[in-house]
Amino acid sequence: MSNHFDIKQYEVAKEPFYQAQGKEIALYEAAYNARLPVLLKGPTGCGKSRFVEYMAWRLQKPLITVACNEDMTASDLVGRYLLDANGTTWIDGPLTLAARHGAICYLDEVVEARQDTTVVIHPLTDHRRTLPLDKKGELVQAHKDFQLVISYNPGYQNLMKDLKQSTKQRFAGLEFDYAKAEVETGIVSKETGISTEVAAKLVQIGEAARKLKGHGLDEGISTRLLVYAATLIQQGIETTDACRMALVCPITDDADIRDTLEHAIDAVFAD
Amino acid sequence: MTAPSEERQLLQCKFSRVQSVFDDCIANARRYMSDAGIRSYIEGANAINRTGRGEEPVLVYLEEMPQVAGLLGESVIEEVVTFTRTLAKSPNSKAVPNFLQTLASAARALESIELFREYLQLVVDTAVRTSPKVHGIDAMYTSPCLPDFLDSTAHLFGQLSLAGIRNWVDYGVAAYPNDPERQQEYFRLKTPDSHAVLQRERHGTLFVEHERKLGMYLRALWQDDVNLYPYSLAFDELRKPVPYLNQQGIHLPDVYDDLPKQENGTGGVRGIDRYRALLAHISAHRLWTTKLVADNLSPFQRMSVEVFEDSRVEWLAMQRLPGLRALWCKLHPEPIDYIEYIDGVSYIRQRLAMLSRALLDPQHKYTHPVILNYVARFHALMAGGNTTTKDMQTLGVQFIAETRQASDSSSKVHFEDTVVDYRDDNRLLWQFIEAGDEEVFEERQRPPEEQEDEFTVPPRLYPEWDYGAEHYRPDWVSVYEHLHPQGNGSEIDRLLDKHKALAKRLQKIIDLLKPQNKVRIRYQEEGAELDLDVALRSLIDLKSGAQPDPRINMSHRHDGRSVAVSLLLDLSASLGDVPEGCSQSKLELSQEAVSLLAWAVEQMGDPLAIGGFHSDTRHNVRYWHFKGYREHWGNEVKARLANMRAEYSTRMGAAIRHAGHYLAHQQADKKLLLILTDGEPADIDVSDARLLIEDAHKAVQEMDQQGIYTYCINLDPGADDYVADIFGKHYAVIDNIARLPERLPQLFMSLVK
Repeated sequence: MSNHFDIKQYEVAKEPFYQAQGKEIALYEAAYNARLPVLLKGPTGCGKSRFVEYMAWRLQKPLITVACNEDMTASDLVGRYLLDANGTTWIDGPLTLAARHGAICYLDEVVEARQDTTVVIHPLTDHRRTLPLDKKGELVQAHKDFQLVISYNPGYQNLMKDLKQSTKQRFAGLEFDYAKAEVETGIVSKETGISTEVAAKLVQIGEAARKLKGHGLDEGISTRLLVYAATLIQQGIETTDACRMALVCPITDDADIRDTLEHAIDAVFAD
Repeated sequence: MTAPSEERQLLQCKFSRVQSVFDDCIANARRYMSDAGIRSYIEGANAINRTGRGEEPVLVYLEEMPQVAGLLGESVIEEVVTFTRTLAKSPNSKAVPNFLQTLASAARALESIELFREYLQLVVDTAVRTSPKVHGIDAMYTSPCLPDFLDSTAHLFGQLSLAGIRNWVDYGVAAYPNDPERQQEYFRLKTPDSHAVLQRERHGTLFVEHERKLGMYLRALWQDDVNLYPYSLAFDELRKPVPYLNQQGIHLPDVYDDLPKQENGTGGVRGIDRYRALLAHISAHRLWTTKLVADNLSPFQRMSVEVFEDSRVEWLAMQRLPGLRALWCKLHPEPIDYIEYIDGVSYIRQRLAMLSRALLDPQHKYTHPVILNYVARFHALMAGGNTTTKDMQTLGVQFIAETRQASDSSSKVHFEDTVVDYRDDNRLLWQFIEAGDEEVFEERQRPPEEQEDEFTVPPRLYPEWDYGAEHYRPDWVSVYEHLHPQGNGSEIDRLLDKHKALAKRLQKIIDLLKPQNKVRIRYQEEGAELDLDVALRSLIDLKSGAQPDPRINMSHRHDGRSVAVSLLLDLSASLGDVPEGCSQSKLELSQEAVSLLAWAVEQMGDPLAIGGFHSDTRHNVRYWHFKGYREHWGNEVKARLANMRAEYSTRMGAAIRHAGHYLAHQQADKKLLLILTDGEPADIDVSDARLLIEDAHKAVQEMDQQGIYTYCINLDPGADDYVADIFGKHYAVIDNIARLPERLPQLFMSLVK
């Protein structure tokens, strides 16, 4: 079954919109040329996943994305035996698929996965570039186009959820952050078609909220949420209502913060 | 209309001072009362005169009553007179003038006859409750506090609602039942707690309740590197302080009332938004204002420069946050352009306030050409960009030169509608080069307070629950914490040796309870791995035509325990007693029990802290640390335990709060606070036995709200009377104290199983 697998379905057909913030595109390309695994760090909703998607499109490679969670086990990544009418059948997991067929494998929010799960990627990420499937008794040699990309959000200050040094030190890293105000304004307006003035005001609210990070907010308002707000405004919703719905309600249950942010919205969107 | 002489005939009081003011009083009364009202007004004066308390009460009555009757209706006259006569017959007759003096302010604040009657009742209650009682009879003694209370009411009505005043009285009555002198000071508003309670009962938006919100506001929209210091408006009668910024930080009022909507469109601002308006203004100064030399400018010039500079920073702030304009416009007064100008009155403030309004509000209605000219110049300058404080100095000086009038220096100043209360006093704008004798804002350096050597850590203050008044007494109890001094740790080892057999039994239970790291969960429809045994069985079932079990997967689960435990020992003097039928004191038994427990918990791997407490009045509650959460069960801990001593009393609530404070900061799924005590809460400065029990109960409720499970192990056989009141069902009474060493670890294990 795995031999007839169509990897084409994972290719990125249309160019995703991505606004470069620095030299990250050139850096990533260099890393890909050497097939170095890449680690993307940055707060949620700042464009990590979009960047990987864009690079996959740019390099014309298929992209397999795995959203990691704490219940994920090694077999969810590499594959497992399943029963069918004739007995058991091996099904490749996403990581094995990518290694076999030469795709970029993107493990999103990798810290969420348990540490015993993350170690299965080790042999793929050094000079060996192999993936042993011990249950199946097979050693998969990675395809020449295969590359591993992982992302994580260093903002979650949690002792339990950090990558092991032995995992971290297998990657080349790229650090992401929310773009500078002008750039972010451009992103919001280009993504939604909203006027730059409104986009700039949304970004101003976003920046106000980001200053509250660590003071009651775990995470500031992400670019993604700003885009949501802009999308709502584009549909003719009142600006303040749209902001409340997209920017305030999702990020906090804290009445004090909500009050502060609502005041900020009123102050920024006057008249 | 009755002639004055007729009224004079009605009046039976012949005091010369009364006679001399009577005509004026009647003239004043006519403004408020009907003829019938005047008649009962005079009859009331006669009645008060007949009480035989001299001319003073009559005079006060004649002065105050018309206003009261005007506000509350004429029927109030009779009620007041009846009340006054009753008061005059009571031992508290001295308070009659004080009482009559409060009538007008009470009527103004309450505005309804029902509330006014409640106020009269409050006066009676206060008198009764503050009178000394002998054999339960109080009708024959004078209340020393009543005159003081009545003197304070005028001030209280300005700050509090009637309910607030009642709470304030309740506190004073309850707090000093046996100390009339302190009570008097309380009612005179002379003690800190009197102020604190007043503050708590105030209406409006209290700074303390919104400090976090305001901090966030600064952080989100401005800079956050500034401290906020509230000052009180309540006690500065002569001159209300103005918000200001100095090197320390921003000083702002401790309370802002909501501003009701005015007819001219201003107002309608919540208290919290008034704080934000103030902070936005000051933050704008911090960003854009630079210092100017003050020496060369006259006071008027400085005032004018300040107006321009305030407007400049606000203009810049509004470019950033346009919504501020609406807020500031609501708070900025709108002086009326064409008022009746009176000769010899200085209108400089009014002129500047108009200018300031015109600079802020594009929809202003002023037509004065000079003002319009300067507004236009200001806006042209601002539109050009890159303005500085210096530019404003030029504008300000020119404005004063152009509009100066001879009357400006008059000492009579027109103040109406000129105070912009969200603006600070701009003290950081000015730099004085030559030292003058005026406008020095520096505060005198206070010598650093000497510290007692014994207490290196400052005390933590905790509130205490007053069940009678149903409120917290703020910052009532001081808890001092120390590391317990060490003794000889080998004694503890000896105790543990004694219980070797018990330890062995405990070890078995511990092994059973110890968490396993990974647990296999079988029979899952969806899981991490195929469970081959089950899968084969299912396959065979399938092939043989039977219904196969689809639950052929298995997964793993982490089975970690996360329990933080705090053990709180009551170290009061009673612990030193040797209970009947025992050879050891409770203290020694506790030592054994705690040692065993600490050893057992160490085996289980849960973080455990051990603390002890005793108290010597509310000012000195000692909290001793024996073992910290991460500390190992080693020699140092043993040495501290070996030195355990029993002294003083049991103020449990504060100790629970303190232990809970540390426990709440532990990272654990379950938090357990164990309290080992041998008696009910008591302290030498508390005569009401219920008080500390109720307070401890409240503390347990607080713990519950923080997700802390509280459990009491009580060694007092008679504990049933009170322990359930404090801990609900979370307690165990150990009757056979000799078995404590065995029971304590067992209890613990059954709790965390």
